Amino acid sequence: MEIKVLGPGCKQCEKAEKAIREAVSEMNVDAMVEKVTDIAEIAKYGVFVTPAVLIDGEVKCVGTVPKKKEIKKWLES
Amino acid sequence: MGKKFQKNHFPVTARLLPYLYLLTGMAGIYLWWLIYARLPAVSSWLTYTLLGMEPSSHAGEAVRFFLYDSPKVMMLLLLVVFGVGIIRSFFTPEKTRSILSGKVEFFGNIFAALLGVVTPFCSCSAVPLFIGFVTAGVPLGVTFSFLIAAPMVNEIALGLLYGLLGWKIAALYMGTGLSVAVIAGWVIGKLHMEKHIEDWVSEVNAAQDFTDEAELTIHDRVVYGWDAVKEIIGRVWIYVIIGIAAGAAIHGFVPEKLMASVMGRGSWWSVPLATVIGIPMYSNAAGIIPVVEALIGKGAALGTVLAFMMSVIALSMPEMVILRKVLKPRLIGVFVGVVGVGILMVGYLFNFIIQG
Repeated sequence: MEIKVLGPGCKQCEKAEKAIREAVSEMNVDAMVEKVTDIAEIAKYGVFVTPAVLIDGEVKCVGTVPKKKEIKKWLES
Repeated sequence: MGKKFQKNHFPVTARLLPYLYLLTGMAGIYLWWLIYARLPAVSSWLTYTLLGMEPSSHAGEAVRFFLYDSPKVMMLLLLVVFGVGIIRSFFTPEKTRSILSGKVEFFGNIFAALLGVVTPFCSCSAVPLFIGFVTAGVPLGVTFSFLIAAPMVNEIALGLLYGLLGWKIAALYMGTGLSVAVIAGWVIGKLHMEKHIEDWVSEVNAAQDFTDEAELTIHDRVVYGWDAVKEIIGRVWIYVIIGIAAGAAIHGFVPEKLMASVMGRGSWWSVPLATVIGIPMYSNAAGIIPVVEALIGKGAALGTVLAFMMSVIALSMPEMVILRKVLKPRLIGVFVGVVGVGILMVGYLFNFIIQG
């Protein structure tokens, strides 16, 4: 599984990344977490509000820090 | 305010839930008001009776000011942030974008400035938002109105101004802040500077919507507002306290009217100077407003101080560095120039209208 956290690097984006990493390690799933900070790169995904989370290329959330419960639901499916 | 958010342990039908929230909300506001109305008496009692300080002494005056202002400002901030949080739960950047795309100029600018106040987004999203708006067909000037209004007229600034300087000044700030955003955006639109956006932006396809339009319940909105309170108060309370402490120090010890000669109405150059000094400074509203209050208390002219505040919040060096990624230098120059002139006009207008 490939997870991307998109955000230029403010507090909100860090929180989102932290939540994702924690959820991944708690559920013991095999996933690669990558942070994308470059604005041109972020825009390429069609996302215009950060933080955003992509799992295997699919946009899961934009503009909010996802709650851990939510993340675990994404990881299950 | 904890009362407002208690869980109901007895079964109620979903129909009754809104009324329950309304009732607890009203009870919460009443309780809030009871505490708020007693703050002056309590702070005096703490300072002069409990701590035994001399009522006419500088130190006593400073301590009373601090003990009165800190809880007052925090309480007003709590109310405003919660209220704005509830309003924001009705808006998303996607909705705002679809309202604004293809809007005609001027009315589009007014809509954009108003939506800038109520659309929730994190400040570091400004550049991605710019790309998302422009590529989805929101006119350039309308986009600018949105991006100028959003940081300048925000709930923290309004809550603090209300708490420290009264509702009239908060309303004036909001009105003039929105006007600067509308007019600056409109002027930028009229100058037709679309070719001064970096070329790679137009190749981006950012016109998708992702948020699923699930209708939020009242409970969701209350949680949303409460999350905003926790997030914002948790982040700014320390600046507010430090700012009020600094203000209290000036309040008790610096002689009245000291600032009148430097930042008073008499000196025409004080407004442009305040605007220019504000540009390299980068602070959020929470840090700057308590200092602003102290300056006004010491005889600085209101217009000069408002210009300083707007300049610190709306024109900042770090933001321009980020904007440079999507805007060519000329457009950045025009942006700074137009917004700067707007701020100058606000400063002079206030100094002119409010005599003494």
